[in-house]
Amino acid sequence: MELVVNGGSYSLETPVGRSLAETLRDVLGLTGTKIGCNEGHCGACTVLVDGVPTLSCITLVHTVEGRDVTTIEGLRDHPLVDSFVRSDALQCGFCTPGQIVSAAALVEANPEPSREQIRHQMAGNLCRCGAYPKIEEAIVACARQTKLAAVAEEAPDA
Amino acid sequence: MNGPYGDLWTRSVARLIKTEKEVEGRYEDVWLVVEEDALDQWPAGPGEIVGQPTPRITGPQRARGEARYTADVQLPGMLHTAVLRSPHAYARAKSIDFTRALAAPGVRAAIGPDDLDVLVDEAGYPGVAVAAVAADTFDAARDAVALIDVDWEVLEPVLDPDEAVGRKQLLIEPRKYERGDVERGFAEADAVVEAEFRTQTVLHNSMETHQTVCEWQGDRLDVYISTQFIWGVRDEVAEQLGLPPDKVRVVCEFMGGGFGSKNGAGDHTFIAAELARRTGRPVRCALTRREENQASGNRNATIQRLKAGARSDGTLVALSGKFVNAVGWSGWTATTEGPMQMLYACDNVQTVTYGAKINTPPMRAFRAPGFVEGTFGLECLLDELAAKLDLDPLEVRRLNYSHADDDRPYSSKRLMECYKRAEPHWERRHEVRARSEGAWKRGVGLASQVWYGGGGPPSYAWVRLGADGRATVITAMQDIGTGTATAMTQIAAEELGLPLDSVDFVLGDSARGPYASISAGSSTTPSMGPAVRAAAADAGRQILEIAAQRYDKEQRVLSLKNGHVVSSDGGSWAVAEVVGLLEDAQILGKGARGPNPAGMQVLTFGVQVVEVSVDTETGEVRVDRVAAIHDVGRVINPLGASSQVEGGIIQGIGHTLSEERLLDPQTGTILTQSLDAYRLPTIADVPPEIVTDLLDIPDEHLTNLGSKGLGEPPIVPIAAAIANAIRDATGADVRSLPISREEMLRALREARQRAGEKVAAPAS
Repeated sequence: MELVVNGGSYSLETPVGRSLAETLRDVLGLTGTKIGCNEGHCGACTVLVDGVPTLSCITLVHTVEGRDVTTIEGLRDHPLVDSFVRSDALQCGFCTPGQIVSAAALVEANPEPSREQIRHQMAGNLCRCGAYPKIEEAIVACARQTKLAAVAEEAPDA
Repeated sequence: MNGPYGDLWTRSVARLIKTEKEVEGRYEDVWLVVEEDALDQWPAGPGEIVGQPTPRITGPQRARGEARYTADVQLPGMLHTAVLRSPHAYARAKSIDFTRALAAPGVRAAIGPDDLDVLVDEAGYPGVAVAAVAADTFDAARDAVALIDVDWEVLEPVLDPDEAVGRKQLLIEPRKYERGDVERGFAEADAVVEAEFRTQTVLHNSMETHQTVCEWQGDRLDVYISTQFIWGVRDEVAEQLGLPPDKVRVVCEFMGGGFGSKNGAGDHTFIAAELARRTGRPVRCALTRREENQASGNRNATIQRLKAGARSDGTLVALSGKFVNAVGWSGWTATTEGPMQMLYACDNVQTVTYGAKINTPPMRAFRAPGFVEGTFGLECLLDELAAKLDLDPLEVRRLNYSHADDDRPYSSKRLMECYKRAEPHWERRHEVRARSEGAWKRGVGLASQVWYGGGGPPSYAWVRLGADGRATVITAMQDIGTGTATAMTQIAAEELGLPLDSVDFVLGDSARGPYASISAGSSTTPSMGPAVRAAAADAGRQILEIAAQRYDKEQRVLSLKNGHVVSSDGGSWAVAEVVGLLEDAQILGKGARGPNPAGMQVLTFGVQVVEVSVDTETGEVRVDRVAAIHDVGRVINPLGASSQVEGGIIQGIGHTLSEERLLDPQTGTILTQSLDAYRLPTIADVPPEIVTDLLDIPDEHLTNLGSKGLGEPPIVPIAAAIANAIRDATGADVRSLPISREEMLRALREARQRAGEKVAAPAS
């Protein structure tokens, strides 16, 4: 099958029934995607499929053939990464790639999310360390900075 | 001091002392070789780097998905393990037949109770490891495990801790404590309250499950493990396998949470080591989430039958408690009685604690084990007493303040200052109550915190500095997500007068650095930090020695500041210029953790003030605001510290309101193995406001830093503070965790009945 990940195309021989998460981690070596529960409850394995946050541990790899898969490795230059670090929005960091992937989809769809919207959209990503207040801060801060950057770009002489 | 041996005399000297060592509230007398801690503490308040909010240095690696956790270790030829676990709470395997399993595709080895100590044929709890299979893939191993034929003789489990106590089915002799005369105390009391409190079993649920990869290199064993104690694993594995400790290398560079559950090596490590030995291949043994929630430990349930008596002014005259810890099939009996003994100055205190042996999975340490549970009972009881005497709960706590222990003074205690800082938050209660509306009642509650957190020796660090002027701190400790690596780097940079980004930090490998202590019991910073500072100071002294000779200065006029060697009589040279003289030579600094102050209790203190809303129709409880005020000595990184406080509070809110491991009461089967059944807090459960206020005053008696630990204190008082806020809002006494809607509605019904009785009483 053909798997498109972070803009690159891979030809794979993969057994029926293998999950996208396993394929990313064990076959492609993209271990930024974590498996926390392997049954779709914790959000650590979140990737984007055609821009939509998707639990890769309960997604069969065959079902995403030819679709656009984005993992944390494809979002390393996203401003959210810096925002999470600056806000200290991570402790052990195991859930963090999934958090950032979910947050990236959120700010893409809604560049200025309210705190209520953040809490709603991010509730599927568990963090046992309890970094939640700072995850919220990081997303708010990132949205604010992106807006400032956009304003600066629109008015370069200001 | 400069004799024929130069300044050798001022350098650290090993000393053998007999001392009390404390981990998670457990003391033991040990002989320890320690080095004197010769450095004076830095002045109180923020330094150039220490005390400044600092994003964690490992943040980019973790956020970008580059950090290699044990879960990410992939070795060539690595096999995967599946474990057969007992489906029964209490049963005996009459026979175990591997024939079909060994014939399954991809299977390389299978082991059972005859092959390895940690595998058992008598199952004392559901989920105990019985047999294991190594195969080419995890799926193949799991399929093969299903083909192991076991003939079980199922036995009747004991699941009720009270029943176990009645049958004297105990893991320790009942632990008794008494001071003063409790009976006389109660006789003198103007008011007595008595109540039974229950806390539930909760599960750690670290995001990275317990896992280990073992690879033999000849007669040496490499162990990659998600652990809180690299050196403990090394010793445990060496002992179990009969190897010299240095033949065992333990690696844990990044780990995905532990909360106390990963203090030991665990059965899975020995399974992986044995299967790796048999197959000659690297072997991974990783628990699934469901195995994690059966067999990797828990915070045990407790039953607390408590009684308190006070004079009419609120002075406590007697406290007594009978505590039952539902420990499980094995494990230790945490000091649930600790807060009752330690928090207040009460002359007459009596406690007895039972460790019930029941057919449930063994407890493991979970963030302030015992004290989280015991503080819930005691601090709720104290508020019930205050309510009975119509006294202000904060005033009752001040009135009974424990100033100093008779024979063991506190190294520092600033709980009174915490209470003072709590006042503005406490004052909000009038305004908060006034915002009650319809069925939604609002209120404010508080609870105090006492816990350990002083750390102790031994712990060591090295600092290496070359001609490029960059320093590398090396110690074989682990950063379990608490930000220790960042704090240690800050300490070294501060001492060396270098910018933070000129200091690298190497950890996580027993073959690459010296011994480092466990990351448990709020001890990593107070144990490791002073060693890192001492190592940096040793390296710094050597830089100054070189500078003194090169620039013809007396060493005592030189110091390190802002990347420069600065002379007090004028002159300043970049450190890079001084160490540039080294060429290929290196400065090697070493440091050790000195002893704790002799004869003193090193404790952490605090108070939390919580605002809640309660829907008196549905029993829903919301935490609206938490103010956390804690005295943990000097704060190294205020940003990371606030994260730890928030994390502890959120974990505590889960413990208080939503989390509970449920068992089938007949069979003991664990019903909450998955994360849809076991309710962890999500971002939507976080209070809109958490205020962190750390006193940040160094403990003048404790090490060269004056820092205590912070990992556990924030989770200790939160349950009681929430319950007390609920009482303030509704008049209802919740006494059982979690405060589910059923428990909330039960408490409300009881309160209504009580109020009805009061109203009815004069008429009768």
